[in-house]
Amino acid sequence: MALHGSYYLPHKATQPILGSIGLFMLLVGFSNYLNGSDLGPTMMWIGVGILAYMMFVWFGSVIRESVAGLYNHQVDVSFRMGMIWFITSEVFFFAAFFGALFYSRILALPWMGGEGSALGVHTHQYLWDTFKNVWPSNGPGHIGGKEGGEFEPMAAWGIPAINTLILLTSGATVTWAHWGMLKDNRKQLIIGLAATVALGFLFVILQGVEYHEAYSEMGLTLGTGIYGSTFFMLTGFHGLHVSIGAIILTVVLLRSIRGHFSSENHFAFEAAAWYWHFVDVVWLGLFIFVYWL
Amino acid sequence: MSVTAIHDDHHDHGPTKGFMRWVTTTNHKDIGTLYLVFSLAMFMVGGAMALVIRAELFEPGMQFVDPLFFNSMTTLHALIMVFGAVMPAFAGLANWMIPMMIGSPDMALPRLNNWSFWLLPFAAVMLVSTLFMDGGAAAAGWTLYPPLSLQAGASFPFTIFTIHILGISSIMAAINIIVTILNMRAPGMTLMKMPLFVWTWLITAFLLIAIMPVFAGAVTMLLTDKFFGTSFFNAAGGGDPVLYQHLFWFFGHPEVYVLILPSFGIVSQIIPTFARKPLFGYSSMVYATASIGFLSFVVWAHHQYTVGMPVEGELYFTYATMLIAVPTGVKVFNWMSTMWQGAMTFEAPMLWAIAFVVLFTMGGFTGLMMAISPADLQYHDTYFIVAHFHYVLVSGAVFAIIAAVYYWLPKWTGVMYDERLANLHFWLTTISVNVCFFPQHFLGLAGMPRRIPDYALQFAEFNAWSSVGAFVFGFSQLILCYIVVKSMRGEGEKATDEVWEGASEHGLEWQLPSPAPYHTWEHSPHIH
Repeated sequence: MALHGSYYLPHKATQPILGSIGLFMLLVGFSNYLNGSDLGPTMMWIGVGILAYMMFVWFGSVIRESVAGLYNHQVDVSFRMGMIWFITSEVFFFAAFFGALFYSRILALPWMGGEGSALGVHTHQYLWDTFKNVWPSNGPGHIGGKEGGEFEPMAAWGIPAINTLILLTSGATVTWAHWGMLKDNRKQLIIGLAATVALGFLFVILQGVEYHEAYSEMGLTLGTGIYGSTFFMLTGFHGLHVSIGAIILTVVLLRSIRGHFSSENHFAFEAAAWYWHFVDVVWLGLFIFVYWL
Repeated sequence: MSVTAIHDDHHDHGPTKGFMRWVTTTNHKDIGTLYLVFSLAMFMVGGAMALVIRAELFEPGMQFVDPLFFNSMTTLHALIMVFGAVMPAFAGLANWMIPMMIGSPDMALPRLNNWSFWLLPFAAVMLVSTLFMDGGAAAAGWTLYPPLSLQAGASFPFTIFTIHILGISSIMAAINIIVTILNMRAPGMTLMKMPLFVWTWLITAFLLIAIMPVFAGAVTMLLTDKFFGTSFFNAAGGGDPVLYQHLFWFFGHPEVYVLILPSFGIVSQIIPTFARKPLFGYSSMVYATASIGFLSFVVWAHHQYTVGMPVEGELYFTYATMLIAVPTGVKVFNWMSTMWQGAMTFEAPMLWAIAFVVLFTMGGFTGLMMAISPADLQYHDTYFIVAHFHYVLVSGAVFAIIAAVYYWLPKWTGVMYDERLANLHFWLTTISVNVCFFPQHFLGLAGMPRRIPDYALQFAEFNAWSSVGAFVFGFSQLILCYIVVKSMRGEGEKATDEVWEGASEHGLEWQLPSPAPYHTWEHSPHIH
């Protein structure tokens, strides 16, 4: 492969130690808050502030170095590989929560409902011998929900279906923006990105509406047994990732407006787009396994 | 791909001065040193905790500590040794050696590299600080099984977040290592020419990327179960505490291979050098490592045979687990074949490597015994398990790390260590590690449960032996500290560039000067 300049190696990185201090304060503060200490929230917010500042400084240096042309092709490849493996780790993070959902639905709840007792699984007999397994469930103890443990599950074909359309459309708009980038058509790039960002935030808002309805009317909360736990943890972490993705895309949009990218050199755009597609695919899994089936 | 490196400050090709050098460094050798020094410090802290455990168990009855503190000691000893000592030691070796071995000027993502390390001291402070909190430190074992782990006091969220920080650190380090290996190799350094240490770390890094997020997810569910009313591990809400065990061991089993695969790599570097022969069966070593990596993901429930799984599950996990003996056996036979008819000499690294092969294999055999689920019902949660995993982790992973330190220390510091002292260290350690852990097999088979501060009288003698072994083992490591500090101060006979006779045929690192300059391979070497 041709050699374009040299591999850039930064010296004297001050950002990481800031990140460590920020993360430490955030988590120690959060722990103190959970333990009921008054000191907790203040410390936590200071930590959040330091982390946010660290990201500004860190990404700021990377952007300056990139614009100054310090990154050769090989550095670009390193960034790309790094992003791919980061997304892979995120996939496994979601896998843990999908695993919890599948394990509960396919194994734990049926066993508790009496299945497998012929094979020597005696969960049913020893725990709640009157429990019938019907999904969605908040368990034999009817944990959470309204009075009497009642709750309404989230239907697939309301807001969730609209949100599916929104995310799929945003996947198309970001690809259209990429086509614009490759043709050096900045107008198409900016319109496509702006549409993607708008759709992303619209998704988050609609999910907020959905959550509000769940909490205020349906008796469906994070504490509503295993259904509420898996529902809110999966959709919640997904929503968090959509928000992060939308913020990343916003930064990329601002950089596109400033003309940071060219058809040759636009790793940040592609990384954001990959992340966005990843969030999109996770959503499809959620729509099928959490809302629909 | 050819590499030339540029640094952002062309006038400054050496390290900056003072403490900030270490805080802000992006140099792979500096970061490697940080990791290794941190690891040695944690090895001493975790070791001190082990000695508390062995002091209490020296004789029956309650002598020194209360049971809760005893449980905290077993829990923290494990967490510190796994995440604070062994993993950072491998990360340190990876940082130092991988760029030098593949002809790269540095790690691919130097700033990220700094952060991977500098998260660790903060995590360590957080974990150790729990000792001073209301309700004591985490005491439910390093596996943090619910519902027991949920009964912890103020330490609980701190323990969980420590794991999150460690997870972030490991994932970033793993990404960096993969990218470095795949993208930074010198021209001609094809994948199948890479030293085995590089190969084993590549596969280890894949494992880390897949498992650390799952562990993070599992402990997040613990956190929400305790503080936010979720029911993941609560049967009344339709959850299941066994779900945690599955999630944990989906992480935990590959994790124990994270602790051993780089050891395989180290031993595969050392044995050929001192047998003065190329490694026997290089490509089979690579495939065996990859097979072990793959199999590690499909055997996790052999840690849970007694929890009440359907018999099909027990059968599957028994057979799948026994399958791992095949690639592992390939490795052991390859090491023996490498030594066969070699012109062997027995400098310290070789002694440790040979002890590794013998003692690790013993740990492997007891592992095979426990793989058989009906037999495991007897061994489960006894000292037999404790003996097994200390054979693979202490006389396995830790021995390999010490071997690596002796092997590469002259390259890092430019001076030879004292061979006589190193021999003393080796023999004291090897004898005491067996005195410490071998009797635990008998204790376990006779039914002594693990994680217990007091025991029945019939276990007294073997426990006394074990404690004596542990104390000799622990204090012998001060020799290692002395040797390392002495070398770091540059005291000792000057090392040649090759260090070991004929070593330059066994890797690029031996073609560099001793000590290795601050920047190496700024112009990539050409490999034939």
